[in-house]
Amino acid sequence: MSFFDRLKSSLQKTKDQLFGAFEESAAPAASGGTATVGTRTRRIESADALEEALITCDVGVAATDRIVESVRRKARRGDDLLPLVREEILSILQGAAPPPVTGAHPRVVLIVGVNGTGKTTSIGKLANLLKQEGQKPLVCAADTFRAAAVEQLEIWTRRADVGFVRAQPNSDPAAVVFDAIQSAKARQLDPVLVDTAGRLHTRVNLMKELDKIKRVAAREVEGAPHEVLLVLDATVGQNGVAQAREFMKVSGVNGIILTKLDGTAKGGVAVAIAQDLRLPIRYVGTGEQIDDLVPFNPREYVDALFEDAW
Amino acid sequence: MFDSLSNRLQDVFANLGREVRLTPETVEIALREIRMALLEADVNFKVVKAFVDKVRDRAVDAEVLKSLSPGQQVVRIVRDEMLALFGDTQGGLPPVSATPRVILMLGLQGSGKTTTTGKLAKWLVKQGKHPIVVSTDVRRPAAIEQLNLVAKQAGVRAHDPAGNLDPVSRASGAMQEARTLGYDTIIVDTAGRLHIDDELMVELEAIKAAVQPTDQLYVADAMTGQDAIKSAGEFNRRVGVTGVVLSKMDGDARGGAALSVVSVVGVPIAFTGSGERLEDLEAFHPDRVVSRVLGMGDVLSLIEKA
Ligand SMILES: Nc1nc2c(ncn2[C@@H]2O[C@H](COP(=O)(O)OP(=O)(O)OP(=O)(O)O)[C@@H](O)[C@H]2O)c(=O)[nH]1
Ligand SMILES: Nc1nc2c(ncn2[C@@H]2O[C@H](COP(=O)(O)OP(=O)(O)OP(=O)(O)O)[C@@H](O)[C@H]2O)c(=O)[nH]1
Ligand SMILES: [Mg+2]
Ligand SMILES: [Mg+2]
Repeated sequence: MSFFDRLKSSLQKTKDQLFGAFEESAAPAASGGTATVGTRTRRIESADALEEALITCDVGVAATDRIVESVRRKARRGDDLLPLVREEILSILQGAAPPPVTGAHPRVVLIVGVNGTGKTTSIGKLANLLKQEGQKPLVCAADTFRAAAVEQLEIWTRRADVGFVRAQPNSDPAAVVFDAIQSAKARQLDPVLVDTAGRLHTRVNLMKELDKIKRVAAREVEGAPHEVLLVLDATVGQNGVAQAREFMKVSGVNGIILTKLDGTAKGGVAVAIAQDLRLPIRYVGTGEQIDDLVPFNPREYVDALFEDAW
Repeated sequence: MFDSLSNRLQDVFANLGREVRLTPETVEIALREIRMALLEADVNFKVVKAFVDKVRDRAVDAEVLKSLSPGQQVVRIVRDEMLALFGDTQGGLPPVSATPRVILMLGLQGSGKTTTTGKLAKWLVKQGKHPIVVSTDVRRPAAIEQLNLVAKQAGVRAHDPAGNLDPVSRASGAMQEARTLGYDTIIVDTAGRLHIDDELMVELEAIKAAVQPTDQLYVADAMTGQDAIKSAGEFNRRVGVTGVVLSKMDGDARGGAALSVVSVVGVPIAFTGSGERLEDLEAFHPDRVVSRVLGMGDVLSLIEKA
């Protein structure tokens, strides 16, 4: 018998026993305090069940505690907590900073994040989205490190039918960004979307490279980069908070693209990030096709967060 | 930031007064801390519950070791249970009698399959093997080029019939080439896919049927959160997993997903990936991952001596 089988059988008997103290202070539900998943509607009637629901979508212990506490203050005995927690999360998400506005041309958008989150794919989709809105994006390949990263991005820009400035392998990423901005000015293209190599936020040297890119961009266009979007993989756990914090510190991240929401993970850590750092989600990725990127809609997201998709 | 589990437990027990012993009540208090620490390390909620139960069972009637404080004693039980979960593994690949050895790489999008394919090829060469790699990823832009470049860096051959965009026939082509030219190991890289994407899971089943792999390595990102049991569980159910590679361990993620994945698939972790370079692959050491999940390095050695 696998550990998982064993854990399944042991789950029932210990439920509640573990959180006894927690539950006493919570508004206890008439039905005994567990989440009831009906055929259509789901009710959450105890702080215990609410905690489980939030932790399970990666909101994290600290943010979950704060949310549960706030909901508990508002709830009365026997209430379904789900609408309350929805409103709570909605207000957290809507309380995040609004997107920056700039009159500068070209607008420079830097895409950053740890390895494999979906940066390159999201640039392809974003270029397509902006083009459909009537803009004329230029995509800049500043990932000069990963094998075939430039080729990958080039294919995306062909699909989106937008301008592309490529880098020589192992050339200086900041130099490519410089070239791209010059090219955008000359060809009247706007915005410039910069793909960067995946890097862990703990790699000091690689993080410095982002700082250099930023400085070069700032020299060429007033206020650039105007948007720095952190690409966060929806499957990420609590490390997402550390990623957001570091990328914010070093590269001035001011928004999030949450990718891979078409899976079973919901990226709940973005709620913790919105709460802690006021970083807004700007776009969400929902697949590998070119039109699988949409502007973030907080209400839809909150609905999806508590949907048993699977 | 995060306080290590042992510090936390030390504090908790210190607050209980000088004469604390492990009683059902004090154990319960310790378990609450353990639960919190594991959740913060991204161990799956259900796995945490089951784990805490096991620790409770053992802690309540643990024989008292005079040399350890109650806090350390609980940590020791937690550590032992975790090591037991990871099993008695040496890391690396188990010996096989079949030739050629066929390794199928599995996993979600972006987890590190292609990079790990290159790392593994390099590792095998070091072991005196003659690997050949093949990409069956005909969907991600430039995925085949990526593997070709990675293979070149690793100094191994990539089977790449120009224009063949059928994943199954690419994989069987590599089998044929290996047999004819005498390669002893084939690593089949696959496209990243979601465990709930039925069409692509069917494709994976077809590749598996064509190459009859000896090893099915699930590549899991060490930064994964609660979802780890769903994805790994479903890959295991549909195609089977014989070993796990935990990638991106070079960051500061606590890596609780390691526990979740191993719990759900019930097989050992074979390797950890610790960087983007091809030499950044290590045979799995359970104790390192345990220290990391628990957020403590030196405490373990202290307990070891008791
Ligand atoms: N299912 C799904 N897959 C996605 C999504 N976005 C990206 N991907 C896939 O995730 C994988 C990694 O995407 P990339 O765009 O290469 O990620 P990256 O961040 O540029 O990776 P590096 O440059 O290597 O750090 C690819 O297989 C993409 O097709 C999404 O929204 N949903
Ligand atoms: N820091 C770090 N990065 C890694 C590690 N393993 C892989 N990567 C990086 O993660 C990103 C994704 O790796 P890939 O090998 O392309 O992942 P994949 O699973 O093949 O992706 P798909 O084919 O799109 O599903 C790349 O930027 C790799 O360089 C690791 O152990 N540490
Ligand atoms: Mg990329
Ligand atoms: Mg790949």
